[in-house]
Amino acid sequence: MKKRRMFIKMILASLMRRRSRMVVALLSIAIGATILSGLISIYYDVPRQMGAEFRNYGANMIFTASGAEFTLDDVNEGRAVIDESKIVGVAPFRYENVRINEKPVVAAGTDPDGVKKTSPYWRITGNALEKNGQLLVGANIADTFRLKEGQMIDVSYTPEGMEQVDENGDRAVIEDNIKSFTVAGILDTGGKEEDYVYMTLADMAELSGTQGRIDAAELSISATADELSDYADKINSTVGSVHASLVKRVTASEATVLTKLQALVLLVTIVVLALTMICVATTMTAVVAERRKEIGLRKAIGASDSSIIKEFMGESMLLGLFGGLIGAVLGFVFAQEVSINVFSSPISFRPLLLPITVLVSIIVTGLSSLMPIRSATDVDPALVLKGE
Amino acid sequence: MSLLELKNVYKIYGELHALDDVNFKVEKGEWVSIMGPSGSGKSTMMNIIGCMDKPTKGEVLLDGVDIAKESKKNLTTIRRDKIGLIFQQFHLVNYLTAVENVMLAQYYHSIPDEKEALEALERVGLADRAKHLPSQLSGGEQQRVCVARALINYPEIILADEPTGNLDEANEEIVVDLFNKLHKDGTTLIVVTHDPEVAEVAQRKIVLRSGRIAKEVVNENFTGKIRFTD
Repeated sequence: MKKRRMFIKMILASLMRRRSRMVVALLSIAIGATILSGLISIYYDVPRQMGAEFRNYGANMIFTASGAEFTLDDVNEGRAVIDESKIVGVAPFRYENVRINEKPVVAAGTDPDGVKKTSPYWRITGNALEKNGQLLVGANIADTFRLKEGQMIDVSYTPEGMEQVDENGDRAVIEDNIKSFTVAGILDTGGKEEDYVYMTLADMAELSGTQGRIDAAELSISATADELSDYADKINSTVGSVHASLVKRVTASEATVLTKLQALVLLVTIVVLALTMICVATTMTAVVAERRKEIGLRKAIGASDSSIIKEFMGESMLLGLFGGLIGAVLGFVFAQEVSINVFSSPISFRPLLLPITVLVSIIVTGLSSLMPIRSATDVDPALVLKGE
Repeated sequence: MSLLELKNVYKIYGELHALDDVNFKVEKGEWVSIMGPSGSGKSTMMNIIGCMDKPTKGEVLLDGVDIAKESKKNLTTIRRDKIGLIFQQFHLVNYLTAVENVMLAQYYHSIPDEKEALEALERVGLADRAKHLPSQLSGGEQQRVCVARALINYPEIILADEPTGNLDEANEEIVVDLFNKLHKDGTTLIVVTHDPEVAEVAQRKIVLRSGRIAKEVVNENFTGKIRFTD
């Protein structure tokens, strides 16, 4: 039998045939690894989870025209720079002054689906804007005109230039474009949106008589402040017709909260790591102490100090391996439970975390065992002869 | 040249002279027993002969090498290569089987060889108990595993510390018979014992008292067989 085989046989026998003793050590390592792996999972998933939460606060990037013309094609060109999987929603806006009952009102044409994603915080009495012919009315406007859900109203728009000269040199007055809308719902946000009326881009084009042009686009992107900043810089430098800017109050507060939350999780992780090391070191000290006689015997029959260190280190590292494997699996379950209970969404499994947890567990167990194992070599082999 | 020679050996702890000018020789193949009351210096002498301690003064020549001058590391090597130890409390590793316990000595000495370890167990009559854990063996069987472990590396000296101290008469006889077999094979035996019946079996008996050799008796009627007195 090769020496290595005997070595493996010995450390396996020590772990398997001393199960009741080793189970305590294994438990302490596994619990440490579980909390460690769970916290690391949460640490890395917090930005994603919090990012999703922050998307409820609305768009975090705005596209505006950098030149004279700004169309949906420009928005799409700018959008192409951003990783598509990170885009939660894009809502283009075109603003025009319209009139309701001859009173001027600001109307916004938008994409109903896009705006639902970029402004999930909108509180609507009635229905959201779904299709052409519908009008979503801001609460202040609804108050002014006493508008209610389901009501029909006419919206008029005066094309630019009240007069035009025809080919015969006759002056002709251009008439207002008038379009009837059904009030789909009343919009309540507590912000400036309550002073607007919203319709589809197609309705706005029909009402204004001009196609394609938009004024701005709001984007909701699930990314960190740094990533957002990088995207904005890239768009500004590569897409000539678009000027991208960040909604600072959203991105800055998101970054602040994330930094603080991650710092907290990191701190807890470090504390857990330290506690695990103390726990494992205490357990290993007890394991070594109760095996002093065995160490004495091994030395008496010719084991060198390095052999003793190698054997005990082998055992503790094997414990670290098993504890790490158990911890990696339980850690994911732990992180999953925390994520579902706190963020109401499952955590994403990170395969890399498995080898990392096992490796950290082996290193921590090895380091914690170093001192007690080192002291094991001080055991006097004569102690065995004395029959102690 | 004697296999082992102690020349003017002293071991002093403060005021206490655990060994006080001890001189004796053990020839190759000889069977020597060391007797003495508690505190007579038996354990100190065992530790020194077993390369686990050094004398304060004097020479301890093992196969011509003065082990009193060797480093701790060299003493470990000498112990591993030249000495087989048998203990009163057997000291088997409780999570290793009988054969694995024997192989443990091979592991530290050279290369573990299961076949050879099984042969050693066969020599002590335990071939059928090879795969048993110490907890599944009787005291006598455990001591026989301890003997097999001691002889597996063909040591120059087998040093036994109260080898029958924890055994009943039947097992005591078995162990003494094993020593007799080893002696016949040419193995040098040094047996420290309280038991006069075990001490009497040896070819020569050394009696220690207060760290000094009080008496040395040669067994003229050596048979290698134990004789129990009622």
